[in-house]
Amino acid sequence: MKERTKLLIIVLVFLGCYCIPWGDAGIRRSGLEAFMMLQEYAREHVLTCLIPAFFIAGAIAVFVSQASVLKYFGSTAKKVLSYSVASVSGTVLAVCSCTVLPLFAGIYSRGAGIGPATAFLYSGPAINVLAIVLTARILGWQLGLARAIGAVLFAVITGLLMAFIFRKDDATRATGQIYLPEEDEKGRTLLQEALFMLSLVLILIFAAFAKPAEGATGLWPEIFAVKWYITGALLVGLGFMLKGWFVKDERITWVQSTWGFVKQIFPLLGAGVLVAGFMLGRPGHPALIPEHYIQYLVGGNSVWANLFASVSGALMYFATLTEVPILQGLLGAGMGKGPALSLLLAGPALSLPNMLVIGGVMGVKKTMTFSVIVVALSTIAGMTYGWLVG
Amino acid sequence: MEIKVLGPGCAKCEQTEKIVKQAVSETGVDAQITKITDAMEIAKHGIFVTPAVVVDGEVKSVGKVPSEEEVNAWIEKK
Repeated sequence: MKERTKLLIIVLVFLGCYCIPWGDAGIRRSGLEAFMMLQEYAREHVLTCLIPAFFIAGAIAVFVSQASVLKYFGSTAKKVLSYSVASVSGTVLAVCSCTVLPLFAGIYSRGAGIGPATAFLYSGPAINVLAIVLTARILGWQLGLARAIGAVLFAVITGLLMAFIFRKDDATRATGQIYLPEEDEKGRTLLQEALFMLSLVLILIFAAFAKPAEGATGLWPEIFAVKWYITGALLVGLGFMLKGWFVKDERITWVQSTWGFVKQIFPLLGAGVLVAGFMLGRPGHPALIPEHYIQYLVGGNSVWANLFASVSGALMYFATLTEVPILQGLLGAGMGKGPALSLLLAGPALSLPNMLVIGGVMGVKKTMTFSVIVVALSTIAGMTYGWLVG
Repeated sequence: MEIKVLGPGCAKCEQTEKIVKQAVSETGVDAQITKITDAMEIAKHGIFVTPAVVVDGEVKSVGKVPSEEEVNAWIEKK
């Protein structure tokens, strides 16, 4: 962090302390809401959901071979493969925005071209494992699923549109050697790796298993009753796998990479929850922004509401995962389900700061086109979803 | 010699830069270390995944934080 940035943060915090009328009843209620929401996250989501998800993200970053995915982004790769891999590879490549932009620039200027590059840029932030898990957990599995499907589907469409609109200048791109991380021998079979990942995911699913509704019968309450036994058994199994199949260095890198994600994401997410709680409050608890404004702007499922959600999402900057608490607040205050999906799709893919970076890579005209396509497609996705669930 | 550390400024890139600087000062080789953060500039080197280290125009490591022994081996050969 630059010294200038530190100064700016201190000045802003100071001005906040100095100028905000903390004695005002509305502000007091909002301040309380901020911490109530933070507590809800701490109690409901951190131990059973976020922590296992961080370990999964760490395992993906360390154990999944990047080279095996990246080879589909070379300039000689088959187009069909480039597009399909680009639209889903965010799950393993894009946990942090710092890998997204260099990779985007690389694919665009040296690799498979503008189509796969923009497809990757669009879907990456929406389908990494942390985003999917947190969206499904907090905003409901329907919205989580819609987000994942929408991101993959519309990433391909965005990529194809971009490649079609700018089909002429694709030929002028520089070619040259590209360097990928080497594939190293790991001494594990694919089956072993798959089993390891599967048990991590199962631990997450069972540990986070939601309490079924009162009076429900059948499979769900039975699973819920034994969920800690299943989780425990899985943990023991995981322990044996770690001991038998992995060498010490690998276990250490895994923990280090998990810790890296925790350091990077936890503070931002905490701040995001506080801001969302302060502005919007928990569902059913109004805070600073009156609910009728939200209902007026993004309630229902009109074209206007969806468009407004995707345009503001495209301009706003969301730090990794903070889109989730903000949407939770908005939904609680009366936002429609369709506009929520519009914002989820357009929001993390685009922001003013990242438009500037993308502009530096592929020029103003292409960036504008990309932004317009993203906004239009996200609006359509939101309306469709709102119509389906509405 | 000229050593380039490429990365947009994430934690891993900073760690890489620190390791390279330490290796250079410990071995006492005459090297100039530059940090490249611009995405397009990184792509021009043909590098897709950061952090990456380039020594005298030769790409040495991509997508990981190198260990100090590795860095020592790259700079001592010269």
